[in-house]
Amino acid sequence: MSFITLQNIQKSFGATQVVRDFSLGIEKGEFISLLGPSGCGKTTVLRMLAGFEGPTSGQISIDGQDMTGLPANRRRIGMVFQSYALFPNLTVAENVAFGLKVTGTPRSEAAKRVEEMLGMVGLGGFGARYPFQLSGGQQQRVALARAIAPRPRVLLLDEPLSALDAKIRISLRSEIRAIQRELGITTLFVTHDQEEAMSMSDRVVVMYGGRAEQVGAPSEIYNRPASRFVAEFIGSLNLLPGTITDAAAGLVETPAGAIALGRTLDQPTGTPVSLAIRPEGLHMGYEGNVVLNTRVADSEFLGSIIRLRVMTGGNMPLIIARFNREGQMVPQPGQDLTVSVNASDIIVLDGRAA
Amino acid sequence: MKSGRLVSGLFFGLACLYFLLPLVGTLEFSLRARRGEYSLDAYRNVLGDPQFHQTIGYSFILSMATIVLGVLIIAPTAFWVRLKLPRLRPVVEFLTLMPLVIPPIVIVFGYIRLYNTSSWLPLLGSSAGSDFLLVCGYATLSLPYMYRAIDTGLRAIDVSTLTEAAQSLGAGWVTIMAKVILPNILVAILSGAFLTFAIVIGEYVLAALLNRPAFGPYMVWMGGNKAYEPAALAVVAFAITWASMGLIQLFSRFSKHTQARR
Amino acid sequence: MPLAPDRPASRLLVWLGVVPFLAFALLFLILPTLQVVTGAFRTPDGAVTLQNLRGLLTPSILHALALSLKLSLLTAALGCVLGLLLAAAVTRGGLPDWLRGATMTFSGVASNFAGVPLAFAFIATLGRLGLITVILRDWFGINLMATGFNLISFPGLALAYLYFQIPLMVLIITPALDGLRKEWREAAESLGASGAQYWRMVALPVLWPSLLGTFALLFANAFGAVATAMALTGSSLSILPIILFAQIRGDVLQDPHLGYAVAFAMIFFTGIANLIYVTLRARAERWQK
Repeated sequence: MSFITLQNIQKSFGATQVVRDFSLGIEKGEFISLLGPSGCGKTTVLRMLAGFEGPTSGQISIDGQDMTGLPANRRRIGMVFQSYALFPNLTVAENVAFGLKVTGTPRSEAAKRVEEMLGMVGLGGFGARYPFQLSGGQQQRVALARAIAPRPRVLLLDEPLSALDAKIRISLRSEIRAIQRELGITTLFVTHDQEEAMSMSDRVVVMYGGRAEQVGAPSEIYNRPASRFVAEFIGSLNLLPGTITDAAAGLVETPAGAIALGRTLDQPTGTPVSLAIRPEGLHMGYEGNVVLNTRVADSEFLGSIIRLRVMTGGNMPLIIARFNREGQMVPQPGQDLTVSVNASDIIVLDGRAA
Repeated sequence: MKSGRLVSGLFFGLACLYFLLPLVGTLEFSLRARRGEYSLDAYRNVLGDPQFHQTIGYSFILSMATIVLGVLIIAPTAFWVRLKLPRLRPVVEFLTLMPLVIPPIVIVFGYIRLYNTSSWLPLLGSSAGSDFLLVCGYATLSLPYMYRAIDTGLRAIDVSTLTEAAQSLGAGWVTIMAKVILPNILVAILSGAFLTFAIVIGEYVLAALLNRPAFGPYMVWMGGNKAYEPAALAVVAFAITWASMGLIQLFSRFSKHTQARR
Repeated sequence: MPLAPDRPASRLLVWLGVVPFLAFALLFLILPTLQVVTGAFRTPDGAVTLQNLRGLLTPSILHALALSLKLSLLTAALGCVLGLLLAAAVTRGGLPDWLRGATMTFSGVASNFAGVPLAFAFIATLGRLGLITVILRDWFGINLMATGFNLISFPGLALAYLYFQIPLMVLIITPALDGLRKEWREAAESLGASGAQYWRMVALPVLWPSLLGTFALLFANAFGAVATAMALTGSSLSILPIILFAQIRGDVLQDPHLGYAVAFAMIFFTGIANLIYVTLRARAERWQK
């Protein structure tokens, strides 16, 4: 049994159901992200785990202990909020000491722990300041120190980086991960930013419409999206509509021509599908085993990357992303261009593109 | 959470009792003028009393004068301080809050000593002078409310941009105030005005000590001489207060709609 | 920009804009107050003296002062506590939302329903023939007067004052309660704090400046109120403003300089209340910008 289990969780607010049949097991020390667009129910899952909301049905347990009916203040869960939520009337040190004080930790021990925590988040010597005297990034570090100071069993992070500048966001990302690794604390991270989820997590849960669409390692989510939503939500994607002409042989007819996938397809012959290809999966020239003849529509030079928009036969647009190498020719609009892709890089999704 | 709601509900219920019982009691009492049955006799007596008409008419005119004076003094000042003299803001705010700290009876005592018949400005020497002094006193009492209402209204609009835009189109200061600023803070002014009205219409101390025939002293006189009519007066006064506050709500809701449309 | 304050002449013009207000404040607020304050320290001939203030030390005036202080402190304190509880019940007690709007509107009305009509309302309800008195007598056989309750007394007056003190508190404190962020409570809870610990360590300290300010305001509000007391008790309950009222009317005392002294005492205490507020607020707000 996992360290944290969420079993068949349902949650409704009035008539709207925000979480549907959500199940997840989290191992001790794991860093898991709940990723999804706003309104997908990810924050509600987090808040149910924290004890701020109760599930309409289903069961949550931590370390074998059933959480039903256990109030938030007895769950021993640390929480970091998007808005920092530091107590404005307390100094940085008092904020970090809050959880120790309310649980009756001896003063000297608490002071030592506060020092240690502030050192860990790189704010040693800031103890006497008030929250308003700190930058957003510093406040969020204090919030993190405050959350982990009472040694919680689980750390919950609710979009902790969304209110921060891009640069601080990236540096804090790796700091949070480093501290999490050092403490080995089981962590659940809620975000709508796929880059954050991908770069930080052991596993990512992609949520949509209150459901877990896919659970897996970041690479798995990216390379093998389990559903159309996941494929479209994570990264960018080229979609070619088509119809399966021979499921056993893996043949799909598209406006750009017949494509041989070289593998047996799950869907029966005649099914309308979309073929999804990542921009970086497309090559110029004959590198891949599926070859398409295209014409360049336009090209963008983005520094390290060159982005091309090409039109296939049947006028289907494809985006190609290539690393920029010096001396490499940049194709010009109007030029004919042969592109190719490995059949194994083509993802078959149910249904035609909208 | 459940028990919290219960305690809240219970407390709220008790508060309702405390606040509503006097209203019910007053209404019931005001209907008791005829022995053995409920009647509107007390109201008939009050409304038929020429004194009632004279005093409430006087107080009404006075409150209108107070509102006009208050707006004329506060609106340009609040506007000017926002636009040109933000340094003076603490001073102006302090002055407008002073009437909340200094009791009205002290202020009117000062008036009596300062503006009596033998002083350099014998306002109390004539009836018109006394009326003027009373209006000034009421305007002073309403300073905190009027200033706060108008300043809040000004905060909601971008005063300097509006002013610069008007200036660039060649408008003078009078035009700017009358055609640009005032219409935009009309709702704020109205809410300040109704609040002022609610305060002034039944005010007693200033009117009594300056010997003016206002509604407040009339009510006290009735209280000393009649049994059921005072309750009827209280109902009338409550209705006036309620109407003033209700109109404030109505106007501010209306303003939210216009803002939403923008 | 026309009228930009770059030349001395236009700088003068800028200041001219606030002259009407300052003149008005000077004539009808500052000078009258100064007149009272200086008058308290002068003899009728204009010499400086402390004799007027010594005149306050008579038993009747000291008694009135003590009564006024007691009344103002009590109703301000009760108004703050009960108003806070009521505002908390309405804003975060899990009651239906429309109650909040209704309570705010009613508070706006009730906080302005002071003075003479309020006294009438209480007489009509709790007076000798008032609704509650009659109901208690006829239905429950309780004689309210025999229980020692008398509307024309200190407790009766305090009860009437609370009718405008509590709503005033509700009006002022509700926005402050709205300023308490939901996340603070949740953060405190997740750190193991109980509801009481959250209120003691976070919510009340954050509200403290507003609470102090409202207390000072409610104190001054009660301390200076005349009309309610006058209409309710005649002049049988002599609180300080009623003494001053009688003094100004020339009913009882003839010495205007004793009147100055009484008026000065009133400013003194409302001023002290606000001074304490300003000092404490500065300390309580050290965590603010």
